[in-house]
Order: sequence, then C-alpha cells, then structure tokens
Amino acid sequence: MIFSLAVYGAPYSSQASDSAYRFAAAALAGGHSIYRLFFYADGVHNATRLAAPPQDELDLPQRWRTLIQAHKIDSVVCIAAALRRGIINREEAERYERDADNLAPGFEISGLGQLVDAAVHSDRLVTFGD
Amino acid sequence: MILHTVNKSPFSHSLLEACLAIMGAKHSLLLLEDGVYGTLKTSPMAAALAERGRAGAIYALEADLRARGLTDTALLSCVKPIDYAGFVRLATEHSKVQSWF
Repeated sequence: MIFSLAVYGAPYSSQASDSAYRFAAAALAGGHSIYRLFFYADGVHNATRLAAPPQDELDLPQRWRTLIQAHKIDSVVCIAAALRRGIINREEAERYERDADNLAPGFEISGLGQLVDAAVHSDRLVTFGD
Repeated sequence: MILHTVNKSPFSHSLLEACLAIMGAKHSLLLLEDGVYGTLKTSPMAAALAERGRAGAIYALEADLRARGLTDTALLSCVKPIDYAGFVRLATEHSKVQSWF
C-alpha cells in the first residue's frame, strides 16, 4: 500500500515527529511504500541540517535524513511555513538576500499543492499533529 | 470505515469526547502519545470509552503506554495495546485515517 505522511510537529516540541518517524519506519519494514513526507507548520523544523542535539539524545532531524536518503522518499517542506520560520534553501536565501541556508539534503521546499497531490496519489494519508 | 487517532489526554483536552461523539458505528479508535491517558479507568472519558468498547476494540500504542508507566491493571479492559506495525495494519484496514490533535 502507498502511504503519505503529514508532519505538523517540530522535533523536541511535541511527540509528532517521533511518532511519524516510527510509523514511517514500520510501514517501510512492512513492505509498504511512502509516496511523500510533507512537513507543515512547525514540522518544517525537522528539515534543518544545523540542529545539534546532545550526543546521548535522539537526533530526530538526522534520523529523518537517514530514512529519506536510504529509501529515496520524496520529502517536501511547505514553503510558506518554512520561510517564515527561517527554514530556507540556497535558492530562497538568494532571493530574500539571507546570508545562509539550512535546508537538509533530501528535502525540497514546495507548496501546499504537494500535500493535495500526496493525498490524491496515496492510498492513505496519515497526519501526525502537534 | 475510518480509523480515528487521538493524541491528547482527556484530563487536559476535550478531543477524545469530541471524537467519540461523532464516531460512526464501524469506526475504530487508536489512542497515541498523551492520548493513551484515555485508557485509564480513572479517566474522565472512561465510562463513554467502555460503552464504545462494547462494539469493538479500542487500540492504544503500547510504546506510549509504557513510556508513561501505564500498566494493564489500571487500564480499561476494552483497550487493546498494539505496536507501530499494528498501527500500520489498522491504517491499511480502514479507508481513511482521521487524526485528532
């Protein structure tokens, strides 16, 4: 079965990111596929490549990166949610004349239409709310 | 057939009450994160949940129960603990997953 996941929670703020990760890992382990991960609202913070949590704690952004790269999962952060929270790729940093970018490899910045597209092209869309 | 998920405690939110009020006869309920506090016999929604539980199983994520120290003896008997693979299976068995948060 084809799943897509919408993640609304920032890492370490709520359990949403952790729950979504565990669901994604279980779905893949069960032989299902993931069409898209959509990070929305505070969930966009999962896509930073600059998070540096203590070494003896779970590194949630790193875990997402590893999963996304290992399974080549299409992973989108909502552009409106991301830019206002300072999650930005090189292209947008240039457009808005910012001095750095922080979007992790494996993620892309795109619009809410990608969530609709995910709902249309997946058998199930599962939302992990804040 | 809809799978409803609730991730907030009924001790602090009215989400579980709202969910139970609109759940169809053949719908299922999965409690996760702080939502698992709803499985307690002492929860404000215990009577309504037990009543609903007569129609079919109500599920709770085992890892979230354990993380909060909730043990079998304190839980409503209609609650069935499941793991993440079970969550995925429930999602496949229902036509939609409605998340309450």
